[in-house]
Amino acid sequence: MELTGAQILMKVLKDEGVDTIFGYPGGVLLDIYDELAKTDIRHILVRHEQGAAHAADGYARAGGRVGVCLVTSGPGATNTVTGIASAYCDSIPIVVITGQVPTHLIGNDAFQEVDIVGITRPCTKHNFLVKSTEDLGRVIKEAFFIARSGRPGPVLVDIPKNVGNKKIAFEMPGEVKLRSYNPTYNPNMRQLQKVAELVQKAERPMIFAGGGVILSDGAKELTEFARKNQIPVTTSLMGLGAFPGSDPLWLGMIGMHGTYRANMCTGKCDLMIAVGVRFDDRVTGKTDSFAPQAKIVHIDIDPTSIKKNVPVSIPVVGDCRITLGHLNTLTDQIDPNDLQQKRKSWLDQIVEWKSTRPLDYEQDKNGPVKPQYVVEKLYELTKGEAIITTEVGQNQMWAAQYYHFERPNRFITSGGLGCMGFGLPAAIGAQVACPDELVVDIAGDGSIQMNIQEMATAVQYGLPVKVVILNNGYLGMVRQWQELFYGKRYSSTCMDCAPDFVKLAEAYGAVGLRAEKPSEVVAVLKEGLFSSKTVIMDFRVAKEECVYPMVPAGAPLTEMLLV
Amino acid sequence: MREEKHVLSMLVDNEPGVLSRIAGLFSGRGYNIESLCVAETMDPQVSRMTIVTKGNEPIVEQIKKQLNKLINVIKVYELTGQEYVQRELAMIKVSAKPEHRAEILRIVDIFRCKVVDVGLDHYTIEVTGDEGKLAALLNLLRPIGIKEIARTGMIALFREAK
Repeated sequence: MELTGAQILMKVLKDEGVDTIFGYPGGVLLDIYDELAKTDIRHILVRHEQGAAHAADGYARAGGRVGVCLVTSGPGATNTVTGIASAYCDSIPIVVITGQVPTHLIGNDAFQEVDIVGITRPCTKHNFLVKSTEDLGRVIKEAFFIARSGRPGPVLVDIPKNVGNKKIAFEMPGEVKLRSYNPTYNPNMRQLQKVAELVQKAERPMIFAGGGVILSDGAKELTEFARKNQIPVTTSLMGLGAFPGSDPLWLGMIGMHGTYRANMCTGKCDLMIAVGVRFDDRVTGKTDSFAPQAKIVHIDIDPTSIKKNVPVSIPVVGDCRITLGHLNTLTDQIDPNDLQQKRKSWLDQIVEWKSTRPLDYEQDKNGPVKPQYVVEKLYELTKGEAIITTEVGQNQMWAAQYYHFERPNRFITSGGLGCMGFGLPAAIGAQVACPDELVVDIAGDGSIQMNIQEMATAVQYGLPVKVVILNNGYLGMVRQWQELFYGKRYSSTCMDCAPDFVKLAEAYGAVGLRAEKPSEVVAVLKEGLFSSKTVIMDFRVAKEECVYPMVPAGAPLTEMLLV
Repeated sequence: MREEKHVLSMLVDNEPGVLSRIAGLFSGRGYNIESLCVAETMDPQVSRMTIVTKGNEPIVEQIKKQLNKLINVIKVYELTGQEYVQRELAMIKVSAKPEHRAEILRIVDIFRCKVVDVGLDHYTIEVTGDEGKLAALLNLLRPIGIKEIARTGMIALFREAK
C-alpha cells in the first residue's frame, strides 16, 4: 500500500488507539492537518500550544492513556516546552508531535526552524527527529511505547515537512522492541521478603505513597496493603487519591504544607515504606533529619529515584502495583491480632495529633471569604467526586488540603514543575477524556491569567469545565513567603490590575459568577457547578490568608509553622 | 565522602544525538567529565564510550543509573574496582633546539614512544600508555618546552579471566 508520511502518521495513531489530539496547525503541518481532517480523530484546537501540552497531560491523567498533541515548527514547538517539562516532572505519558522544516533546510536557520529535539532533550523521556518517511511508522510506535511503559513520560517526535508528504510503500510495524530499554516491572522477591519481615516487626510504621502508585494503577493494592497491615498512609501531592481520604488510616499529605500528623509521623516512625515517590525537597525538608528513626523501604520502577535524595535501607526496583500485590501475599500470614496490639499506641498517638492539630481555619460570618472555606464547600457539594485540576501556589495547596480524594486520577496538578497556567488547559483535557464527569479547576487570580485564552477552547467545544478562582489580588504564595521571611516587603506580588473575571467569562461566551461574602459562596458554587456551561466563579477571598502548616524551606519536617 | 576517579565503559546506539544526550546529562546534573572517548565498535550500530568521571560513591551510582536510563544507552560497565587495561594516546609537540635533540630522543627511546613528525625546531612525539606513564613523560619534557599537546582521553577494557 502506497501512503504519504501524513497518511502513515494517521494510520499509526489510529493503531495506537488515539481518538483525540490537542493541537494548533501551521505551515509545515499542512499535509498532516489535511489528512487529519479525513479521519475520525477528534482535534481540539487550543489557543496556545502550551495549552495543547497541558491539555494532553490532563487528558492522559484523567483518562489513563497517552495524551497527544500536534504543533507546528519553531514557535509552535517552543511553546510546548513548559507543558512537556511539566509532564516530564510528573511522569505523564504524552506524545508531542512537532512539525519541522523540510530536511534539506534543517540547519539553515530556515523560517520557523528551531532545534526542538535539542531543546527538549533534557525534559523528555526520549525524543526523535524523523529523517525519512520509511522510519516514521516505527518511530511513532516506539514513541507511544516509551511514553507509556516503565516510568512514563513525554516523548517528542519531530517530523520534517517532506517526511510528511513523501509517498512510500507502507506496512504497519510489528511489536516494538528496543534492546537498550527494558524497564524492570517484577521486583526482587528476596528483597520483598525482608520488607514483609520489617512490616511484621515494626511498631511505628507508615506508608508514604506518591504518583507512581497512581501511574501504575496500584491504588487498590496500596489500600489493601495498608488496611490489612494497619499502617497509616500519607502521600505526596502527586499521590493524592492513591488512598481514600475518608479512611481512618489516612494521614493527609506530607511535606511543606502537609498535615501536622503526617509530618510528625515522619519524625517518629520506625519504618517508612515509600512507594512510587522521589523524595522531592518539598516533601523531605531537611534531608538529614527526614524520618530519622526509620528504616526506609523504597519501591520505585525508576532506579534513579532510589537513593537519589535520601539513604534507603531496602531498595526495591519494580512496578508499584505488582510489588504491592506481592507484598499483600507475603504479609498474608501475619496475625492481625498481634499487629493490632503492636500498633495500638502508635495509632492512638496519631489520633491525638489529628485531634489536637487538625487542618484549621476560621470563617467569620461577616468577615471576608476564606479560601479554605470555598474549597471545603466545593468538596461537600461535589461529595468528593469531581476531577480537580489546579493552578500553582496557594490555590493548589488549599485544594490539596481541603478537597479529599477517594479515588486516584481525580487530582490533576503540576506537582514537580509547579507550572502556573496548568489548571485550565489540564481541565479541558480531563473533560475531553471524561465527558460525563464534573471537572473543576481551582485557580488563583494570578495563574488563571497565564492560560486564560483557553476559555475560548472550552467554549468552542462545549466543554463545561468550572473555574473556581480564589481571588486575593496577590500572587499569594510568593506574598506568603514575603510576609513570613522577607519582612512583609511585597515586592511585585500585588496584582492591582486584574480583569473583571465575570465580564471576561461572558466575553468568552461562558458564564461568570461572583461571591464577595461568605453567605454567597454556597449559592454561587451551586449555580456554577450545576450549570451545563463553561463557568468562571470569582471568589473574592481574604487577601492575606496564608497556607498552614508550613515547614520553612530546608527545615526539618517536624518544625512546622502552625496557624 | 571522598571524591574519586571512576572509569565507565558504555555501549551506546551509534546514532546522531547520543553524544549530546550523554554530555547533556552530565552538564545538566552537574557531574564531572574528566575525559570522554567514543568510536564505533565491531557492530556499526553500536559505539563504545569511555568516560572518566569524578565523584563520591553515591554520585557515581547516580551517574550510572542516570546513564542506564537513557534510551540510547545499551549497557554501562564500571571498570574501577575491577581488573582492566587502560590506555591513552597523546601527541606532544616539543621544541627541539639542537642542544636538546639527543636528550629528547633518549627519552623517546626510554618511554618507547615514536617521533611522528620532525622539523628544524620541533619533534612531535606519539605516546601511548596509562595515566602514570603519560604524566611521567610530560614531566620530563616540560622543562625542555612543550609547544602543543593533543590527548585522546582514556580508553579501557576489562581483563578476561586467565
